[in-house]
Amino acid sequence: MHIEIDEIAKSFGETTALHPVSLPIPSGALVALLGPSGSGKTTLLRILGGLEFPSSGRVLFDGKDATGLTVQERRAGFVFQSYALFRHMTVFENIAYGLRARPRASRPPNAEITRRVTKLLELIQLPDIGKRFPTQLSGGQRQRVALARALAIEPRMLLLDEPFGALDARVRKELRTGLREIHDATGLTTVFVTHDQEEAMELADLVVVMSMGRIEQIGKPSDIRARPATDFVREFISA
Amino acid sequence: MSDVTTFRAPTEEAPIVRRILIGVVVALLAVLVLAPLFVVFAEALSRGVGEAVKSLGSRDALAAIRLTLTVAAFAVPLNAIFGLAAAWAITKFDFRGKAFLITLIDLPFSVSPVVAGLCLVLLLGTNSTLGGLLVANGYPIIFALPGIVLATVFVTFPFIARELIPVMIEQGKAEEEAALTLGASGWRVFRTVTLPNIRWALLYGVLLCNARAMGEFGAVAVVSGKIRGETATMPITIEMMYNEYLSVAAFSLAAVLALLALLTLALKTLLEWRHADALAATGGH
Repeated sequence: MHIEIDEIAKSFGETTALHPVSLPIPSGALVALLGPSGSGKTTLLRILGGLEFPSSGRVLFDGKDATGLTVQERRAGFVFQSYALFRHMTVFENIAYGLRARPRASRPPNAEITRRVTKLLELIQLPDIGKRFPTQLSGGQRQRVALARALAIEPRMLLLDEPFGALDARVRKELRTGLREIHDATGLTTVFVTHDQEEAMELADLVVVMSMGRIEQIGKPSDIRARPATDFVREFISA
Repeated sequence: MSDVTTFRAPTEEAPIVRRILIGVVVALLAVLVLAPLFVVFAEALSRGVGEAVKSLGSRDALAAIRLTLTVAAFAVPLNAIFGLAAAWAITKFDFRGKAFLITLIDLPFSVSPVVAGLCLVLLLGTNSTLGGLLVANGYPIIFALPGIVLATVFVTFPFIARELIPVMIEQGKAEEEAALTLGASGWRVFRTVTLPNIRWALLYGVLLCNARAMGEFGAVAVVSGKIRGETATMPITIEMMYNEYLSVAAFSLAAVLALLALLTLALKTLLEWRHADALAATGGH
């Protein structure tokens, strides 16, 4: 799905989180929102997911105005920073949650839910952990379960907030590859937030560098490296 | 630990300090909690089990037990709903006057129950505008069941909210947001995510609230008018019996009240023991 961010601005009371920003996200792209904390990248992601509403501006999905769509109507697969797995449910029930939450008419029968959850567990290469609880998983496993849960709703796009933030270096590398593979397999338009420039450059097709609620530069990793648009970008990517 | 060890962790107290601390706590509990409890039962049974049971079968005692259970049956569910609403409002939204609201929730802890009872009488008694109107239409509040329930609700209001607020703050909104992005409606999120996550805190709050509701004396004493067999709850009936030197009757009823409280605690312990895994997973009590 093609996403168009059109002059989106957001303020919380007196503080401005986002100055009007515009950004086209091509269908099927893997995009990184890169910036330090307080740059507005998470706010922008949450606006896409429908968890925040912009103070002004529009969001377009495939050319249609989606600004007023509720979080449920957006059908965005959202992976939260600390994964936000339902701690009182097994991994299986976590992944099945979105399917069970559907209105009766479009809810798949139990056998179909089991089939799909099993398939997703295979996709994240953890076929045997369905009966475990989130507290019994490692950080990397939790992240993959969160990804499977987001994919279960057959989302129109995938949004990830610092998906590798809480993991150690070795697991990070592994999961980066995992995300790339899942993205390529599903073809979903994917946006992830990160403060790690190496991660953004290595993983993304398109990197959006943000600072203080503004977009500093949009470009392919190689272009941004070769021609940083501002002093901020030059400094940030050399860090 | 072996005897040759001379080092000890900085957070670890010397053995003598530990023993003194534990000793003090055990001694205090024994003198202040266990001994009185024992005396109540001993006094109730001082003239045999038969006498105690007979005194409990009296009209006044039975009426008191019935009234106390009725009051708790109204007050606890009401406070469960109020407590949930208050905890929800405080932990999930930001709004002006939030700090003031938190202070208000704590108010019943700091105001004397007797004062609370008097306020209710002034507000809803026959001599007040509102109370007069209600009495004239056949709905007396003061010296009747509604007044007793209101007084009990007031006194026990903080228990459930106070249990829920810290748990809900600690859990944050991430899981609820996750459920919303997965397509769940607000009501479904509450039912399948919020409620299961706070169920232990809620249960604990309900049990505490229930124990306190059954034992409340001061506020109820003012609003009930202490009409024997009609508006006298268990604690009030106990006091009246005691003042009339009916010590077996007073202590038998007191023993029943204590047993109800002990039952509450036993129920809590049983639930904690049976659901230890789920408890560890949700980080409850």
